Amino acid sequence: MNLKDTFRYLGYGSSQADEQTLKLAEECWEELERTAVKRSCFREYPLSFPEDGRMDLGCFQVASRALFKNLEHCRAVVLFAATLGTGPDILIRKYSRLQMSRAVVMQAAAAAMLEDYCDRINEEIRENYEKQGYYLRPRFSPGYGDFPLDCQPALLAGLDAGKRIGITLTDSLLMAPSKSVTAVMGVASVRSDCIIEGCESCGRADCRYRRDRV
Amino acid sequence: MSTTILEEIRRRKVFFDGGMGSLLQARGLKAGELPETWNLLHPDILRSIHEEYLRAGCDIVTTNTFGANRLKYPHGGAFSLKEIVESAVANARAAAESAGHGFVALDLGPTGKLLKPLGDLDFDDACDIYREVVAAGCEKGADLILVETMSDGYEAKAAVLAARENSSLPVFATMIFDEKGKLLTGGSVESAVALLEGLGVSALGINCGLGPVQMKGILKEVLKYASVPVIVNPNAGLPRSEGGRTVYDIDEDQFARVMEEIADMGANVLGGCCGTTPDHIRKLVERCRDKEQILPEEKDRTVVSSYTHGVVIGRDPVIIGERINPTGKSRFKQALRDHDLEYILQEAVTQQDSGAHVLDVNVGLPEIDEAEMMEDVVKELQSVIDLPLQIDTSDIKAMERAMRIYNGKPLINSVNGKEESMAAIFPLVKKYGGVAVALTLDEKGIPDTAEGRLEIARKIYAKAAEYGIHPKDILIDALCLTVSSDSRGALTTLETLRRVREELHGRTILGVSNISFGLPKRETINAAFFTMAMAEGLNAAIINPNSRAMMQSYYSFRALWDLDEHCQDYIEVCRNQTETESSDRQGAGSQGAGPEKFREEKDSRVQEGIGRTPSSARRQEPAAGAVMSLGDCICRGLRERACEAVKVLLPERDPLDIINREMIPSLDRVGKGFEKGTVFLPQLLMSAEAAKAAFEVIREQMSGTGEKQEKKGIIILATVKGDIHDIGKNIVKVLLENYSYEVIDLGKDVPPETILREAVERQAPLVGLSALMTTTVPAMEETIALLREQAPWVKVMAGGAVLTEEYARSIGADRYCKDAMASVNYAEELFLERRAAHGLGI
Repeated sequence: MNLKDTFRYLGYGSSQADEQTLKLAEECWEELERTAVKRSCFREYPLSFPEDGRMDLGCFQVASRALFKNLEHCRAVVLFAATLGTGPDILIRKYSRLQMSRAVVMQAAAAAMLEDYCDRINEEIRENYEKQGYYLRPRFSPGYGDFPLDCQPALLAGLDAGKRIGITLTDSLLMAPSKSVTAVMGVASVRSDCIIEGCESCGRADCRYRRDRV
Repeated sequence: MSTTILEEIRRRKVFFDGGMGSLLQARGLKAGELPETWNLLHPDILRSIHEEYLRAGCDIVTTNTFGANRLKYPHGGAFSLKEIVESAVANARAAAESAGHGFVALDLGPTGKLLKPLGDLDFDDACDIYREVVAAGCEKGADLILVETMSDGYEAKAAVLAARENSSLPVFATMIFDEKGKLLTGGSVESAVALLEGLGVSALGINCGLGPVQMKGILKEVLKYASVPVIVNPNAGLPRSEGGRTVYDIDEDQFARVMEEIADMGANVLGGCCGTTPDHIRKLVERCRDKEQILPEEKDRTVVSSYTHGVVIGRDPVIIGERINPTGKSRFKQALRDHDLEYILQEAVTQQDSGAHVLDVNVGLPEIDEAEMMEDVVKELQSVIDLPLQIDTSDIKAMERAMRIYNGKPLINSVNGKEESMAAIFPLVKKYGGVAVALTLDEKGIPDTAEGRLEIARKIYAKAAEYGIHPKDILIDALCLTVSSDSRGALTTLETLRRVREELHGRTILGVSNISFGLPKRETINAAFFTMAMAEGLNAAIINPNSRAMMQSYYSFRALWDLDEHCQDYIEVCRNQTETESSDRQGAGSQGAGPEKFREEKDSRVQEGIGRTPSSARRQEPAAGAVMSLGDCICRGLRERACEAVKVLLPERDPLDIINREMIPSLDRVGKGFEKGTVFLPQLLMSAEAAKAAFEVIREQMSGTGEKQEKKGIIILATVKGDIHDIGKNIVKVLLENYSYEVIDLGKDVPPETILREAVERQAPLVGLSALMTTTVPAMEETIALLREQAPWVKVMAGGAVLTEEYARSIGADRYCKDAMASVNYAEELFLERRAAHGLGI
């Protein structure tokens, strides 16, 4: 139960939640634990850097300075996707109709749960690579910095994520189920000394939900 | 082909082909290239692959049309969808001719989109997407249609319906389950089998996702429920990546060996999916070819289903909640007139919490379009409630629309012995699947003897059989006449129940509470009658599950009838009731017992809108006895206490005075705290919910005295086209309603034209737009431009995660609202100006 990040997503910053909200958050986590079905998949693709400043990730090409910084000096890339399934979406939808306060806390709790799950799976993948003498860069998702969202269809197709774990895209490239993550992680032969992950790797320093501000 | 595929299956084990993707890749298909284009670009390769499979001994080749749909091959694109499908069938057909045998299955894979409300694909659009493929494939001469790799029952329903509506070919359907036997969207094996058999598939089963080893457990369950032949098409094994290549944990020989076990377990049609090759199929056929074909027997189980699970109607009685019905309920009628789906949803959740297994849905009201309302309500309910629904209407159009979009196999209320009724209902049951409630009355009315009712039951069974509807899909309603006007009413009903069970081996249902019309303390007699009916074999009861007396009968009966092991359910329910009682005594300070009292308490819980944990929500409230003003209750977000406090105030003070002097100032106080950052969003909303619950108490009082609280004005809210995030918009709605605005909530993914139309029709002064993604802000800009052009009086407030003050201004919004309180402030400002301008004052 990750209440700390749940309240961070709710904009609490360093403030303490009152007893009643705390209770609500705990109940949301309990209900999510019963409802969410965590699934993930990953697949390695070769990585190359053609002349024109673009990167070739095996199943799609992309130009992005932010992603380039992340993948520089890597020899391959791991595509990754994870989801909590449709259950949390149904819960959030239900409480949006019946009890908005619960819906809002559920939303934050599900986001925190998904993030924790991704961290756990990424750690497993990282350990596996390290056993083989490779180092994994932090995960970087479409939508971070200038890594465009329109890479999503190719990324998901490269993972066969629709069939394997049920992640689909809407016409406007949002993922459904909404509690889903896609990302790429560089595979390098040398350790990178400065690992900035997830939240902190984002360029928006003024974000009120930012982890290092809390 | 001299025999049909169904005849072949009746005679012997039949074999599907194996994987296609990896074989195409081996012949040069590149990553990212659409495999179906090869039907036209390399027909020779496709033919040779089909032929290899046929020579390996398979009977059915599937066309290379898994991803062939207009989402991937849009009209006007580089390839014509029609040509791709036609060539796919032609290639398979040519291979069959050259091999000298083989059936051609037109393959329908998933669309790749999630259906509404979880995704953005409309059910009817999904049907239409499949219709196109079916039309093209049938024209070219497919022998059957295979709906496969479906991880969502709802999408499978769209595909099977499209296949059945646009062809007369046999339809097979296979679903993709995980190792726990669940679909990706949460459905169980039992719910999937109920749905597919209801839709009339000729064979069903499992494919993809797992290897044959992992499928054995799933197959066992499928065989337990299925009455049609069972298909098993596993992957070559469990995959892993080795140096960028996919390899499987078992080889062809192991695959075939496990498939032999699967054939022995009772699978009738066998083949392969991802990673399997002609070699796999050859070895599989060699091992299984000469095995005896034993078809599943017809399972005598009456099952209805939701998107998650099936409910068996058998020896253990099923509770059908009757509360979603406007008859005699003015508040419910008002909710229907106002299209207040939240109210109906709360009725549903309360009944689920009380223990209902199925919910009856009746939304008939003379002044509304029942078909449209029924569709809306069913969609809303099935998007959040996981109980099967009983569609209750006499409007045949409403019945068909609900059955079409229902995500499962519903109960149908009702058909009766009149020719006209059977002619209308049975074709729908046959087409969409369902269990029909059959009233034992006909053109001559309700027989007053059990024999008369049995006679009608026999007639209904016989007529259903003519349509191919099995008796297990009929529930005989024994009917009960009120005992106060017919002293033998109950006895006749009980005799009918017993004889339907003993003589017709049928299953029964009863609207139990009819028995007590005109009598005092109705629940007492209802509960007694309910117990007697269950003892005579009643299988399903339409009752009010919020009535403690009825549920006590139910749990007691189950304990006494050996349906409740170690009396666990009974004990659990008693424990919960004791907890509720003690907290009621503390909280409400009222000790009144008796059934009527219970119902009142339950009804008040409806307004509180608590989810599945009502008792835990109660615990959040501070110890009773402490004096707390209404204002404090609202500030602290205490729903129940706020309701109690307002009940204390109401006899002494004017309702509007309570609203303006107690409630609004508290809401303002919380709102200011939120703006300052001392109060956070959950608290802001809990306060709003407490206020809303208190408003509801006042509203009831006012409607009793004929008073009406004036709304300040109309505000339209929508999440713009392309955006499916609506949480922010919903927050704004809750707050605006608290400040007495009439909010027209258009939902999410709303096209500009719809927003304009509503704004013009309602003459709304203010529209609130929400967008969460940078990709959907252009849709917001487009909406504002349209409003400016055709509804220039409308003010627009805009909000959402990606917006900023500057950004909002640049797309032409009148006001950027950084949060929900900001939109309340803007609305207050704007409507105050308007009132001043109209000289209305406040």
